[in-house]
Amino acid sequence: MSTVLLEVDDLEVTFRRSAGPGRRAASVPAVRGVSFQLEAGTTLGIAGESGSGKSTIARTLMGINKPSGGSMRLNGADVGALRGRELAQYRQTMQMIFQDPYDSLDPRMKVSETLLEAIKLRKNKPASPLNEVYQLLEKVGLSKSFASRRPRELSGGQRQRVSIARALCVDPRLILCDEAVSALDVSVRAQVLNLLKDLQEDLGLAYLFISHDLSTLRFMADYVGIMYLGKIVELGTRDEIFERPQHPYTRALLSAVPEPVVIDRTVRLPRVRLTGEPPSSTNPPTGCSFHPRCPLAQEICRTTAPARRVTSSGQLAACHFAEPELVVAEA
Amino acid sequence: MSALLEVSDLVVDFPTAADGVFHAVDSVSFTVSAGERVGIVGESGSGKSLTSQALMRLVPEPGTVSSGSVLFEGADVMAFSAKKLQKWRGSQTAMVFQDPMSSLNPLMRIGRQITESLQKHLGLSKAESRTRAIELLQRVGIPDAESRLSDFPGAFSGGMRQRVCIAIATACSPKLIIADEPTTALDVTVQAQVLDLLDHMATELNTGVILISHDLGVISSFCDRILVMYAGRIVEEGTAEQIVGDPQHPYTKALLSSILRLSEPIPRRLKPISGAPPLAGQRASGCSFAPRCALAIDACRTLDPALVPASNASPGQRVACGVAAPAAFELADEVTAA
Repeated sequence: MSTVLLEVDDLEVTFRRSAGPGRRAASVPAVRGVSFQLEAGTTLGIAGESGSGKSTIARTLMGINKPSGGSMRLNGADVGALRGRELAQYRQTMQMIFQDPYDSLDPRMKVSETLLEAIKLRKNKPASPLNEVYQLLEKVGLSKSFASRRPRELSGGQRQRVSIARALCVDPRLILCDEAVSALDVSVRAQVLNLLKDLQEDLGLAYLFISHDLSTLRFMADYVGIMYLGKIVELGTRDEIFERPQHPYTRALLSAVPEPVVIDRTVRLPRVRLTGEPPSSTNPPTGCSFHPRCPLAQEICRTTAPARRVTSSGQLAACHFAEPELVVAEA
Repeated sequence: MSALLEVSDLVVDFPTAADGVFHAVDSVSFTVSAGERVGIVGESGSGKSLTSQALMRLVPEPGTVSSGSVLFEGADVMAFSAKKLQKWRGSQTAMVFQDPMSSLNPLMRIGRQITESLQKHLGLSKAESRTRAIELLQRVGIPDAESRLSDFPGAFSGGMRQRVCIAIATACSPKLIIADEPTTALDVTVQAQVLDLLDHMATELNTGVILISHDLGVISSFCDRILVMYAGRIVEEGTAEQIVGDPQHPYTKALLSSILRLSEPIPRRLKPISGAPPLAGQRASGCSFAPRCALAIDACRTLDPALVPASNASPGQRVACGVAAPAAFELADEVTAA
């Protein structure tokens, strides 16, 4: 039976933007009523364009941003109510890997120092911390010799491996990966993705995997949420989202991905081309946020925000025109 | 038909810590015709951006173009005087960069940034250049173009800024546009729009386009011809169909098989290329891909393969691999012996 590890309900995060040259103070709703569940040992992928709020969700879970509404429950405990030791414990259950391993490692610290610092936080101190460092390095595919190196002596892929090893120091159950492979070269990216999959299998980790790259998400995720302007507009299993997308935004995203495949240029497939760009979150459009760019938009879309509902293919979609689930009349 | 741009044996050197030199771009040759879309694909450090900078004579210090020639419509770019170079860069060619914010002046209104080159290079009057600037902004799909002329770059979104950069780049109707990762900082839906715009330039205005990207998907969907670079060299060259459909170089093959595609079944595991590209100045002898290559034989570690016609006899496809095309080693031999 699956157990729910993380439960996010109606999360709201609003930033205050102070006045500056040529702009007024404003409140920016970055995350607007986001709900999802993450089961232990599985991966939830979050996709969306920049500014859609996907990173803000991760940062709020980590306590870097403060939520302005809604709740986050980890193993059933309300994260907002945690204090002191419980909060420290919570932070160890959940770790984060950032996009840029150049910024997220201390350039002055040797790899061993970086890892030892994190190992110290553990409740059960290992008998030989240095041995633990070596074991962690082995887990992420680095030899012992890396322990004495500093970040500048490592390649991008190696740095990201060290970031992963550091996340593993406190034996987390959930790792938030925010564009964790986006800065890596293609050939190195594949190595790190394989590593993340192996670690999930071996350690039973859950991932909240945030990426703008849909093909990476399709490889990594069991469940996928598509974000647009602070909302999850479609949420379902990997197959539901990639094989039978219901929301017009999801469809447009999927058809905009250029692929290295042999194409017959004489019969170019009609692609769904979106016009315009994601609107500003300071001033979201009325009704459905996607309506100014949506090829299907009707009058109702301009006035009424669509509720999220179960569609005929099983996933949740927030669109007035997504195929609704066939309601079987009860006898 | 003569080529618009002809690059031959271009070498860009950087000094190494040990008082040596390191060829960051090594014997790169290619041509671009009018209206042709040429893609340069490679990982970071492969020399793809440096190649484009070198042919514009914009190699950053302490790098130098140590040999090779660049002919633009037959004229030797390397011999241009400073004045001629400036005129050529401004009116005949244009560059579009990854980060539109850093290539726009944040303190200058957009209108002024466009009209500046129109007045300087085309000798238009203030009023004429203003009308033209509005047309240019409309052409790149900026709504409400007239009123936006007085906006500063900060008032535009990322995709809009990139459109402004393309408007500036195309202001003087250049014959060649070099776009270096122009869509890497953009969202996928906006990326599609920007690529459409560049496509329009090539098709309608017969502009030659060099598109530089790490993304084989972007490159292969946009370009007519592709150059694959690795460690400063072109390792394979061919049409998009040849490179994607029948790659010959082990690096191109490995790169393609390490990529995820939405159009294919989900693999259980990815097939990565082991190791990492060589660091600057740390190139082994022989083929620079040999340490990561599953097919490498002894000769690969000593002989530096030349770029030769591929043995699949596909017209125009060339490969620098002695295993895929033995002629690559034969030529390498001659070079070493000479």
